[in-house]
Amino acid sequence: MAQASLAASRQNSWWHRNQQQLTPWLFLAPGILFFLFYVIFPIFQSFNLSLFEWDGLGEAEYVGLYNYEELYWDEAFYTSLKNNVIWLVLYLAAIPAGLFIALFLNQTVTGIRLYKSLFFFPFVISQVVVGLVFTWFYDPTFGLLNVMLGAVGLPPMNVLGDENWVTVGIIVAGLWPQTAYCMILYLTGLNAVDPEQIEAGRLDGAKGWRMLWYIIVPQLRPATFIAFVVTIIGALRSFDLISVMTNGGPFGSSRVLSFYMFEVALSEYGFRMGYGAAIAVVLFMIMLAFIAYFLWTMYKEERAR
Amino acid sequence: MRSIMKTSAAAIAILAATLGGASADGLTGNLKIFLDTSNPAPRATMEEMIAQFGEKNPDLTIETTVIDREAYKTQIRNFLTANAPDVATWYAANRMRPYVEAGLFEDVSDLWAEPEIGDNLASTKGALTIDGKQWGVPYTYYQWGVYYRKDIFDELGLSEPATWEEEKANCQKIIDAGKKCYTIGTKFLWTAGGWFDYLNMRTNGFDFHMDLLTGEASWQSDEVRKTFANWRELIDMGAFIDNHQTYSWQEALPFMVKGDAAAYLMGNFAVAPLRDAGLTDDQIDFYQFVEITPGVEKAEDAPTDTFHIPANAENKENAREFLKFVVSPDVQTQINDGKHLGQLPVNAKSSVDNDKFLVEGFEMLSTNSPGGVAQFFDRDAPAEMAKVAMEGLQEFMVKPDNLDKILARLDRARERIYK
Repeated sequence: MAQASLAASRQNSWWHRNQQQLTPWLFLAPGILFFLFYVIFPIFQSFNLSLFEWDGLGEAEYVGLYNYEELYWDEAFYTSLKNNVIWLVLYLAAIPAGLFIALFLNQTVTGIRLYKSLFFFPFVISQVVVGLVFTWFYDPTFGLLNVMLGAVGLPPMNVLGDENWVTVGIIVAGLWPQTAYCMILYLTGLNAVDPEQIEAGRLDGAKGWRMLWYIIVPQLRPATFIAFVVTIIGALRSFDLISVMTNGGPFGSSRVLSFYMFEVALSEYGFRMGYGAAIAVVLFMIMLAFIAYFLWTMYKEERAR
Repeated sequence: MRSIMKTSAAAIAILAATLGGASADGLTGNLKIFLDTSNPAPRATMEEMIAQFGEKNPDLTIETTVIDREAYKTQIRNFLTANAPDVATWYAANRMRPYVEAGLFEDVSDLWAEPEIGDNLASTKGALTIDGKQWGVPYTYYQWGVYYRKDIFDELGLSEPATWEEEKANCQKIIDAGKKCYTIGTKFLWTAGGWFDYLNMRTNGFDFHMDLLTGEASWQSDEVRKTFANWRELIDMGAFIDNHQTYSWQEALPFMVKGDAAAYLMGNFAVAPLRDAGLTDDQIDFYQFVEITPGVEKAEDAPTDTFHIPANAENKENAREFLKFVVSPDVQTQINDGKHLGQLPVNAKSSVDNDKFLVEGFEMLSTNSPGGVAQFFDRDAPAEMAKVAMEGLQEFMVKPDNLDKILARLDRARERIYK
């Protein structure tokens, strides 16, 4: 009797009644807390900081939207913004390049695993190493690039010292590992391509480009989406290559927003925390546009299922 | 080697004791030292010096942390505010101003009031003074000047120039011989600041140069334009190596080593890598930057590296004794000699090592720099201004036609930064 009432009271306790709903939240709690503290909170902190003039040491002075007004007049900001756009556009070349390498490697010959690993290799090594290798490749005096240009009768060029070429030069270096990344995504995607559909397509007389475009690529949609996401984010995060290869130069012409932010706020000569925060806010807005689009796309697909 | 070090340490200990000025002996407690001397030779020098200080004070617990020189420049902001050491290295002049103004460095005017520091270190006192107070002590400094390939000069029948005309005439002959006059790597910008320092100080004098770097004078003034006009003469001649904007200062060294370029305007720290690359002292030599405007007193760049006590330090008395130890004549002689830092001692009672570059540099700074001693472009100007300006200098070296645009930009920055 006593036993039964104990069991009944346990069954009626608040915890017991809501266990089903509460447990997932309990498991999520550490993640949510850390996310709030390290991601959401700093976003608002940056917004707040961008309204102040602060050298990181003394008293912060409230200046309203002055930092944004400064940005409006700042040539270096427009250079960085323009470079960000160039990065976004050219970096996307990694997606088709990755697809074609994946198609090329998606066959069964002896040692294909080795070739796949070799193609994947640039993604494994550090961006800093990639940057160094390409710096040497571009070196105007001792570099391989000018030897190659000379062999086909073209004049030598100083890619990293020319303000019109420098950003393209760095992006090419960045494409090397990024293409490898897209390739891996497509290789896994190709495993999931339905052989029956290919068979059916073949019976209907599709081959070559038509086969690729109408039968294969639509089936690779999930892989393309992920490749698109990581490439866009990779382009906006470009920092290490610029830092290693040019340090933002020559005369600031290869900076992107993230690098410029670092330079004005945190580098050897940077003491403008508020200004840096204002740049960060602009960068955040650009990212937000893409992230919102990605989330919306994913949400739509979930609903469609 | 170890026994030599031991005996010299013992000798210093005895010397200090007999001089009687050493109340330092027998310190107790802790001493936490942060160093940015991460390159091998300076690191070994500092560790040896600290070990000697430890031997003198056996009851003192010394904790030394060496931080990478570049990383240190950003980390200092964090560790000065939270978890401060008792002693930290840094740089003199405007480079220490942000920390002085934020109240993060201890006022050490009391040390400078003692004659053995105040008198013997008089030459660097100005560089450590802000608002009439001293905020640290120097431990080493070095000269800047033109390091050149003597064998190439001899081969072409050139001698060390003394005037701007001679400099240009020499340069023309070097170019005619199919070489470049000067190597330089401006990827990290500051090397261009060195050229501007010298050209401007020689064209307009030390006082105008300081006015410009402290925001008193305009970048669009006639004086500044004259400096750039002089610089442009060299650029138009093709005096500098091509593509210098892609190289760091170290990457520019091979041009001189291989004999493609004849000279390098640099600090004395360039000598060690040149020697390491196989050049002998017969092949490299040094001359003071030439006169440009006759009658303008010569002034030199001599960047000073310093020790400071953070305001939040816990063991300030021990730290003060350590600073006194560092600047004492014998320690200065020892740490700056050719086997250690290979630079100039800050104490007038110290002796300069018998290295031809150090001897010549010491001579130049003590007798032939009547105009004054500057720290360096990016140490004399506020950090923000230095960054914008050096970027402009690099742009000018690559695209001299953009000068008007660059100067207008710098003036706009000046109005914002020095308000």
